[in-house]
Formats: sequence, C-alpha cells, structure tokens
Amino acid sequence: MSIEIKNISKSFGSFTALKDISLKIENGELISLLGPSGSGKTTLLRVIAGMESPDPNPDSQVLFFGEDVARKPVGDRKVGFVFQHYALFKHMSVFENIAFGLRVRPRSQRPAESAIRDKVHSLLNLIQLEGFGNRFPKQLSGGQRQRVALARALAIEPQVLLLDEPFGALDAKVRKGLRDWLRSLHDELNTTTILVTHDQEEALEVSDRVVVMNQARIEQVGAPDDVFHQPASEFVIDFLGNVNVFHGRVNQGQPVLENIQVGGSRESIPDGEKANVYVRPNDISIDRTPTGKSSMAATVTRINRAGVHAKISLELSSKEEIRVDVSMEQLQELHLQLGDSVFVHPNKARVFVPDFTI
Amino acid sequence: MLEKQGKFMSNNARSKAMLPGFRLTMGYTLLYLSLIVLIPLSALFLKAATMDWNDFYETITSRRVVAAYRLTFGASLIAALINTVFGALVAWSIVRYRFPGRQLLDAIIDLPFAMPTAVSGIALMAIYAPTGLIGKHLLPYGIKTAISPLGIVIALTFIGLPFVVRTLQPALEELDGEAEQAAASLGANRWQTFWRIIVPSLMPSLLTGFTLAFARALGEYGSVIFVAGNIPMKTEIASLLIISKLDDADVPGAAAIAVVMLSVTFLILLVVQGIQWWSQRMTGRA
Repeated sequence: MSIEIKNISKSFGSFTALKDISLKIENGELISLLGPSGSGKTTLLRVIAGMESPDPNPDSQVLFFGEDVARKPVGDRKVGFVFQHYALFKHMSVFENIAFGLRVRPRSQRPAESAIRDKVHSLLNLIQLEGFGNRFPKQLSGGQRQRVALARALAIEPQVLLLDEPFGALDAKVRKGLRDWLRSLHDELNTTTILVTHDQEEALEVSDRVVVMNQARIEQVGAPDDVFHQPASEFVIDFLGNVNVFHGRVNQGQPVLENIQVGGSRESIPDGEKANVYVRPNDISIDRTPTGKSSMAATVTRINRAGVHAKISLELSSKEEIRVDVSMEQLQELHLQLGDSVFVHPNKARVFVPDFTI
Repeated sequence: MLEKQGKFMSNNARSKAMLPGFRLTMGYTLLYLSLIVLIPLSALFLKAATMDWNDFYETITSRRVVAAYRLTFGASLIAALINTVFGALVAWSIVRYRFPGRQLLDAIIDLPFAMPTAVSGIALMAIYAPTGLIGKHLLPYGIKTAISPLGIVIALTFIGLPFVVRTLQPALEELDGEAEQAAASLGANRWQTFWRIIVPSLMPSLLTGFTLAFARALGEYGSVIFVAGNIPMKTEIASLLIISKLDDADVPGAAAIAVVMLSVTFLILLVVQGIQWWSQRMTGRA
C-alpha cells in the first residue's frame, strides 16, 4: 500500500501541529516518524488514520494507492491502529477484543462464527498468546496487552498498520523484544507499517526509512544509515544519539576550532562567522602526548566502565565538557586515571554554520 | 541508593499493612455500624414482633397496605430508570463537553440533594398542580401531573437525579475516548460503539447510580406527600401509611409495614450487589 501525503497542515487553536507536510510512503515499507514530543509525529499519524482531519486547503491530499481518502472516516480506510496505552476493551475477553473488528461488520460481510473463531485463534497463535483467549485485559502484562492490541488491529486485515508509540509504556527489555518481533511480523505479513516513536534507537533499528520531525516540520527523510551519518541539520545530529558540540569560527574559508581545522572548507562563508562543530563521542581519540597541531588539551573528570564502551568525561582548557567513548582495550592501554592531562583530537566532525545552512 | 530504599519499603509493606491497627479499626467499624444502623433496625423488628403473627399478616396484606407497597416500589423503580437514562445523558454532557455555564450546571445538579424535601414538594406543587405552570397546560390533555402516580414519579425523579449523575461522572472521566477511537478504527459505527463499548464500560456505575436513586426514592416522604394527594388505594405511599399508623398510636402496625419495606429493600440491594460482584468477576476486575 503506497501512501502519499501532500501539503498537509494541522493546527489546534493557535498551536501548529503540522506545517505543510508532504511525504510518500512506499508499499511494504516500515517507516518511523521520529521526533520529540510536540513535533507533530502523532498528529501526522492520526491524519493518515483519519482520526484527525487536516486543515482545509485545496492543495492538501491524503492518497492511499492514488485514491484521495482525506474526507473518508477512519472506519472506511482499513487501517490497523495501535495506541500507546493499548486502548483494549476492558469488559471484553482477549478473544472478544480480537474478534471485535469482525463482529461489527455489516451482516452481509460478517464472517460465520466458526470463521471468526479460526481467525482469532490464528492471531492468538501469531502473538504467542494461545490459551489466553478467555483472559481479560486486566489479567495481562503490558507487553501482552500490546500484543493483543496488535492482533485486534490485524484482525480486520488492514492495508496499513499504524502504531502510535506502541512500546512507550513498556520497560526497556520487553520493548527491545517486541521491537524485533514487530520487524519480523512486518516482513511476514508484508504490510505497510508506520511507527511513531520518540526513541531514536528504536527508529534506527527497525525501520526501512526514518522521518525525523521537529516543530511541525519534517527535518529529514532517509534510511537509518543516512540520517545517522549524513544528518541534514543540527537538530537531526543532536536528536540521533549523543554528540559533543563545539563552538568554532570560520577562518579563511575553513571552520576552525581553537587552532584545529575541522570539516571541509566553506569558501563562500566570510571569516568570523560562528561555526557549530558536532563530534560523536566515538569519533574522538585520546592521546597521552600532543599529536602535532590538531589536538586539544583536556583533563579527565569521570570514567564510566559500565557498558560495551568506556565513557570518559573530559574538561577542555575552555572549561567545556566533552564526552568520549573508547573501547575497553584502549582504556587499558592508556592507563587513564581521574585528573590525568591528555590530548583529544576529533577524527570526524560535522560543521554547521547557522546563518548559512538554514 | 534510592532503588534500594524503595525495595526495602515494598518488602516491608508486603509483610505488614501500611497503617497499623486493623483490629482497632475493625472493632470501631462494627461498634459504629451497630450503634447507628443495626440496633435501631433491630428495635424495629422487636417492635413488630410484639404483634402476634395473625395481626402482623393481616396488617401487611391489607389491600390498602399492598396498594401502597405496589405504588412505592413501582414509582421508585420507574423514577430510578428514568434517572439512569437521563442522568447518564446529563453526566455525559458535563464530562465530555466544554461550554459556557458548565460549572453552574454542575452545581445545580446537587440542589435536589441540598434542599429540604418539603421545600422540593412545595416547589414541584407550584409547577405541576392543576393550576401550576406546567400542570395547567397538561390537564386539558388528560394528563394529571399532581395528585396522581405520575406526580409521585416526577417527585421521585427530581430527588434521585444527583445520585446517578454523581456516580457516573468519575466513570465517564475515566472513559478517555481512546477505546471509542479504537472501535471506530476497527469499523464500528457510532451505534455499535455506543452499545458494545460505552454502555458496558459504564454498566457498573450505571447499576450503582440506579441502586442509589432507587433506594432514595423508596424512603422519600417529604416531597411526595405534597404532590401525591395521598388518596388511599391510589396515591398513598408506604411511608405515609407508616406515619398515619403512628398518628393513630398504632406503633406495632407502623413497625410491621416498615419491616416489610426494609426486608424487600435489603433484598433488592443484595441482588444488585450480587450482580455487580458477578459482572466484575466476569471481566476479571474483582
């Protein structure tokens, strides 16, 4: 199912939730809408579902396979919607929850009781909750409830699956398991899936493409690889994982940080412009001795060994705090102690000159 | 450090109740209930027991008394049912919509609670009497809104309204609309969403509200006697019969009527409680 959104805006009173959004989602794709709260990602999902109608505008369209559904109500769009807080029907058993979408069909399209039973049992099987049909939502754990909500949405054989922060209310371990399971389910069912999340790790891990949203706009659309390594804006690099920010200046067309030249040349930019230099913690190396001109002196303030990498906090001579990730082997070799004076050197940096990149 | 503390506390909570003194509070509860409810009620039974069985049976099965029982229970039931439907609508509008004057409307709901019932009776009479504002327009169509069972139902509906609204409000606030949206996304139309999602979710509160309104209506005296007209066999409620027996210094007779009222009421409350318990068991909420 390919979905195309054209020039969609949505405001609630004076608050703008979506500002002229256009996006094309390919058939069979798992795409994430990623952004902080208030960025408009949930509103966009609800507009696609038909739970929210976009601001009236002759140019705006929501196309499902080329057909404009912007004025169709949610029930007619054949979308499977999964809510963050499950929204299960508390007074119904798990079985009845899943069967609901089949039971409410008009009589002429309603499957026979035996067909409903078969369908529900195959879905219970799919979500690995066979034998839970007679339980009630109150008797299930959070992860189980969310799987029931997913099965309920799948029962109507939706053309597209819309998930609104489906794992947001679950603890980290359950979340990770469900995330992997969702990915394999998506591949197995061959649906188009749109996942709203504020968890960058989740988005980068499961999606084919990520849509990074901020302040009612789309900042960047791309494969997880691209948005991580080729961030289009300061917002994107900052939102996708930890990053150190240095404030440098442009000198002779080159962004310069203290006395180190970073990034490519920016010849068109006049001297003295502010340059924001972003370096990921694992793109910085630490040395005991200065390596020529290109390193900065720093003092070790904290060493955290809990994790795959050691996380080192350092203070530069400018009193700025930075964070560096080094492997455990490197940490051994360097014999780092608190208070040690070392030299740091950015290997890879991304530079944004605010007035010239926007 | 914090986590450790948290764990320690929860362990402690499991082995011991949060507050001490289960025995003390339970003893107090029993004593209090006895003093306020059980002892006066048993006095009622004792008073009724001073009659011999034949007198007792004759009193409670006399045609006038049976007619009064029928009227009291019938009118209370109808009033409680009306309140359950229309009170639910009122609660719905107050919880779901934001409109000017909502707070005022919310406060008005409590008026039947707060007014002396005799005042309510006089107020209702001013409107529904044959010469009253509404009564005089309905009389030409043969609808008697006072000195009739209809008048009694109106009075009982009036005093029972707050019970349904106040019971339903919290339940409606909890019904946050997501379940309805989920139903809609699964293809349910509004009618199906209403009957299959909203009504069952509210059922426990509807039942409680109904029971409270019903129980209140059974015991109502002040407002009803004004609009009822108190014609024996026609518009005489049980409470009034009890009072008139007392006026005749027939205390055991009054007690006999009261004992039957009390027993039937208690039975009804017990059945409703049982339905509640059963439905909660059925949906895993107990």
